Amino acid sequence: MAVRRALTPYALITPTVLLLACFLVFPVGSVVYYALQHHVVNEPYDDAFVGLDNFRRMLGDEQFWHSLAFSAKWVCAEVALQLLLGLVLALIVNETFLGRAMARAMVFSPWAVSGVLTTSIWMLLYNPATGVFHYLAQLGVGDAATSVLGDPDTVFSAAVVAELWRGVPFFAILILADLQSVPKELYEAASMDGAGRLRSFRHVTLPHLRDAIVLATLLRSVWEFNNVDLLYTLTNGGPAGATTSLPLYVAQLARKSYDFGYGSALTTAAFVILLFCSVLYLRLSKFGTEK
Amino acid sequence: MTTAAVPLSAKSTRSAAGGRPDLGRIGRLFLPLALYLVFTVVPFYWMLLFALRPAGSTSLLPWPLTFEHFDTVWNGMGFRVYFQNSVWIALLTLLFVTFFALMGGYALARFRFRGQKLFLLALLCTQFVPGAMMLIPLFNIFQAFDLINSRWSLIIAETTFQLPLAMILMSGFVKNVPVELEESAMVDGCGRIRAFLAVVLPLLRPGIVAVGSFAFIGSWNNFLFALMFLNDPELQTVPVGLQTTIGENTVDFGALAAGGVVAAVPVVLVFAFVQKYLVQGMSAGAVKG
Repeated sequence: MAVRRALTPYALITPTVLLLACFLVFPVGSVVYYALQHHVVNEPYDDAFVGLDNFRRMLGDEQFWHSLAFSAKWVCAEVALQLLLGLVLALIVNETFLGRAMARAMVFSPWAVSGVLTTSIWMLLYNPATGVFHYLAQLGVGDAATSVLGDPDTVFSAAVVAELWRGVPFFAILILADLQSVPKELYEAASMDGAGRLRSFRHVTLPHLRDAIVLATLLRSVWEFNNVDLLYTLTNGGPAGATTSLPLYVAQLARKSYDFGYGSALTTAAFVILLFCSVLYLRLSKFGTEK
Repeated sequence: MTTAAVPLSAKSTRSAAGGRPDLGRIGRLFLPLALYLVFTVVPFYWMLLFALRPAGSTSLLPWPLTFEHFDTVWNGMGFRVYFQNSVWIALLTLLFVTFFALMGGYALARFRFRGQKLFLLALLCTQFVPGAMMLIPLFNIFQAFDLINSRWSLIIAETTFQLPLAMILMSGFVKNVPVELEESAMVDGCGRIRAFLAVVLPLLRPGIVAVGSFAFIGSWNNFLFALMFLNDPELQTVPVGLQTTIGENTVDFGALAAGGVVAAVPVVLVFAFVQKYLVQGMSAGAVKG
């Protein structure tokens, strides 16, 4: 009986462990293995162990640095704006007002929408012939026939806004969840001490939200870094490589040149960079320490 | 969901009760909310507009109303098949993710076992693995198992990638069920399994609904796995079908929009149904870890 009891938790996690081992850990391992090989899918006879050659090639690859810089810019812009707007949105829909449930359902709904669908919607909106800019121009606002997705100067902002549309709700939902767990007594105490709205926000609300914010920004940064489907379908990295993120570069590399050894080296590098930044971030933000 | 009254609102309600219009509350609350609602709703409206008005029309109202675009995508472009495929794949993913997350979440919440910390850490680490970059090793594995061009490849990959977070979320929900309830059932002679089924499972309903819906939405939306592992058009899913309406040289805006509506309806319906559990789910699991 005691033995059976001791074995129960292992039995319960076995399916998960097996799935993760076969379809996550093993693929990660094989990516690292390929990174050390010369491995081009349509040249199967050339495979050979080449050590760190792929990584050396990476350091001299301008497109790698370019896409890494784009990814950094993309993650920073997305996460900062999503956090700011998500926080404001959460504070608003946490208040009591008539129609709150309806308002919540509406402003959160893009969360359920996929990258490809986001792309479809924003392509309709951004299209110079049929989109909102066309109609705004008719009202005398802005320039007609602006192709925001075709212009290297505007494509970044245009992509950021489209991704914000479905990203802000995630932050708002997470922060709202945590807002509801702030003990009311704390606000009462703060207002007894004569704290105004802003001060009680700074000294009660924000410290309480800290861990949730740290976790949300971290998870979201990783997801935004790894996110491919929106950029893949909205701009496909263009125009002229202006929106090629690192994962998109790898995907293009795999599709065009079938150079899987080099692609794997880039993947490994991305993984290491993500891990390093995450650990650094958790350290700097003192995640999980006493408030 | 409690109506957590922050003092901010308490104060302003009082002044509203005084009969004066509360300008501060309008400026602080309703104006930004209205602006954000516009930002959220206009894109949805734009899609509906293009889906429902005749090709070439520039009207800002879907009038005259037409369903020709839906006919085009549903019957002409194969969305009927894509839709069925997506439903099956998403439902099976939901089933597997929920079932395994229940098992593992229960183990994490109710047992102390050797290697537990390591297991939890591994679950968290999976979040750093770039799914899109796993495509080619996964392709090789599925090829070895003869699962390329089988819907099972998608179901397995989706289940694997969604399970870790679902399990963490579910263990949060299990922790919220008082363990005493289970213990007293076991004292009354129930086995652990019967105690779980009779006492814990009914109380876990909100958690199961939340986790299952996340799984459904995530699987419904997956694009890259479907693009990569399925070649046969008969097996394709809605997001890939949607991409093919964009990919052509001349974009048929009506078809694109109608396809978008077909892609959006199931997830937005699921979302509307579960959005109140969503906030609970986040605070039960993801945040409190």
